[in-house]
Amino acid sequence: MPHLAIERWAKISGAPADARVALVEEGPHGQLVGAVTAAAQAAGARPGIRLTDARALDPGLIAVPADGAGDRALVERLARWASRWSPLVEVDGADGIRLDASGVAHLFGGEAALVADIEARFAVLGLTAQVAVAATAGAAWGLARFARRQTGDGLEAVAPLPVAALRLPAAVIRTLERLGLKTIGALVGVPRRSLARRFREADNPLDALDRMLGRLPEPLTAAPIDPPPRALLRLAEPVADPSAARQALALLVPDLTRQLEARRLGARRLVLAGYRVDGEVQVAAAACAIATREPKHLLRLLADKTDTLDPGFGFDAFTLEACLVEPLDPAQDGLVGGPPPALEVARLVDRLSVKLGADKVRRPVGHASHVPERASGWRAAVEQGPSLRAKRSNPAIAPLDCRAPSGLAMTASRPQRLLDNPEAIAVIYATPEGLPRRFVWRRLVHDVVRAEGPERIAPEWWRERGTARLRDYYRVEDREGRRFWIYREGLFGDGRGGDPVWYLHGLFG
Amino acid sequence: MAQGLSLVPGGGMARGPEGAGDPGRAGFEQPVAGAIGERWCLPGTDESGMGSPTLAELFAASPRDGGWAGFLLGQVDATRPLLWVQERMAILEGGRVHPPGLGTPGLGFTDLIHVEVRDARAALWAMEEGLRCAAIGAVIGEIWGNPAALDFTATRRLAVAAERHGVAAWLVRLGGSANLSGARRRWRVASGPSLAHPLNPRAPGAAVWEAELFRARGAAPGKWVITHEPLSHQQGGLAAGGFHLVAAPGDRTLGQDQRRSG
Repeated sequence: MPHLAIERWAKISGAPADARVALVEEGPHGQLVGAVTAAAQAAGARPGIRLTDARALDPGLIAVPADGAGDRALVERLARWASRWSPLVEVDGADGIRLDASGVAHLFGGEAALVADIEARFAVLGLTAQVAVAATAGAAWGLARFARRQTGDGLEAVAPLPVAALRLPAAVIRTLERLGLKTIGALVGVPRRSLARRFREADNPLDALDRMLGRLPEPLTAAPIDPPPRALLRLAEPVADPSAARQALALLVPDLTRQLEARRLGARRLVLAGYRVDGEVQVAAAACAIATREPKHLLRLLADKTDTLDPGFGFDAFTLEACLVEPLDPAQDGLVGGPPPALEVARLVDRLSVKLGADKVRRPVGHASHVPERASGWRAAVEQGPSLRAKRSNPAIAPLDCRAPSGLAMTASRPQRLLDNPEAIAVIYATPEGLPRRFVWRRLVHDVVRAEGPERIAPEWWRERGTARLRDYYRVEDREGRRFWIYREGLFGDGRGGDPVWYLHGLFG
Repeated sequence: MAQGLSLVPGGGMARGPEGAGDPGRAGFEQPVAGAIGERWCLPGTDESGMGSPTLAELFAASPRDGGWAGFLLGQVDATRPLLWVQERMAILEGGRVHPPGLGTPGLGFTDLIHVEVRDARAALWAMEEGLRCAAIGAVIGEIWGNPAALDFTATRRLAVAAERHGVAAWLVRLGGSANLSGARRRWRVASGPSLAHPLNPRAPGAAVWEAELFRARGAAPGKWVITHEPLSHQQGGLAAGGFHLVAAPGDRTLGQDQRRSG
């Protein structure tokens, strides 16, 4: 992206296209021109010359200070966005992005189509992008900056490029040009031995040439652009002591919380990994209901889990990583002291979930259904904070409003307790659809003294199979006053099975 | 805000001395404060229906009797989060908590955290963790049978934690026997024949409980037949948590006695 800085400035400032503007930066001997608009370039200004020189050529030149940090942030953002084309993306210098396109191009219909797609997308953003595809990263770098061609392989593609495409320090380039080696093709013709003798180890053009031609590896170090906060502890010697993990945790937690604080993040999920000498990794994880970076709480959450790490022949490194983070700004405690109640409850949920398992500590969640066991579901409490901060995004999981338009409750009463699986009971009742008189549940006879019903709940045909039968629910009370919620599944002659079957589903309090 | 309770005809002092508890105790001879059909406060609670938070133990008369839940929920602060710990066996025998049934319409719980644990030891640990969190309104723990982990020390720990952090704790025992315990109040709760339904004579009406307080610190034991006061009275103009007198709905004495004797 050769004109990134000036294009970004033009977009932000909304200046007319014919404005003669130069972005200037501080140099060692005065202000230097960093980037210029097309109009200013036509008037004589070029990037790299001094501002005074440019002013001499064009007294009407407007100088604007350059915003290097903003440009870098834009490149980083673009690099993340460029992962739409390839999973391996790297920021390359101040104005470049490097993609590892191996095994990717066919998804976009070949390399040429990929290049066209990239150029089109950048054009939509209002940015000029020069795209090149090559077998090596060095060749692609050179082609993108110094050539008109967009694809090419091997020596014949890069031979006409100037030696500046080798990505070497300016002093080395100047030396090569003084020697008359102006293009890469010329450089290839020089005996390798003399080149190796002439230049220093670090910036030898031979190495650069080999990298460009694929004789030396130049891997793409596509580090995640926004790596999760991670604390690392290396041990001088492997430690097989079972309590080592706990001690390591005590060292890692403050380190991690410092990183979280610097980035204004809070951890939702933490993973402590112990790396063993025999090539095994032992992992302990914990989750938080509310993002947090309080060392005491994190330490307490993971401290019990450290005992589950099997040291084997010994650990030689530990990492603590916050793999799920959320923005967390510093919050003010209440004046009367102590954390807010919602936070306290979240901490309690965290502690219970770590010890008992996240699927055992749950909050109720309503679903839009009239079938009782479907209407009231459960969801792990760590996944969702208290209701005051969680936004319900899915309308289908909103609590069921069981009210008729008149405002009366349609579901008059529901039992306090529901059996996980309704239990079949033997019932004497006035056939075909009368009230139950007596039933046997768990080998005991209950005489029904009073009964109310039926409340008919039809099967949900859009969810269930066609053989699902309707349910007639009754509230019944036996002679001793115990009240149950029972239902008859099906009707006589509904064509969905034999005689109706009775089930006991819930107990009233 | 807790729901008020009212005495039911046939309950109160009249049936106290016949109870299976210790008839020699002086508490049984004391008259019940408040008349039948009037608003009534549980022993050990103040006017708002909330006592000072402590550990109460509640024995269900039978595992197949879910009546205790209504009795208990009437005394729990519904405006604060509720932690409900259920042992696996208690879920199998007595069913899982069913949130739509917890609140009478309009009086739902703001926040319920349900914890399922494998055994009594884990249940006691979870209860104690909950009691240490002062933001919780109440902790309810259901334990099946008489596990070895539930001894005097364990219950005493819960009682101390409840009193120190000001969180009410309810230890519900399903199918268990009343062994040594550090609980401050010990209840035995059974369902009773319900009140008459205002519209349908064949339907079950408002729930009635036969609650026996067989051991208590700072309160007289006794046995009562009680019901929640009707919701319409509660939502009247009085301040939240205020108690007032309620007439026992319905005239059910005749039919009730006939059925009992028959």
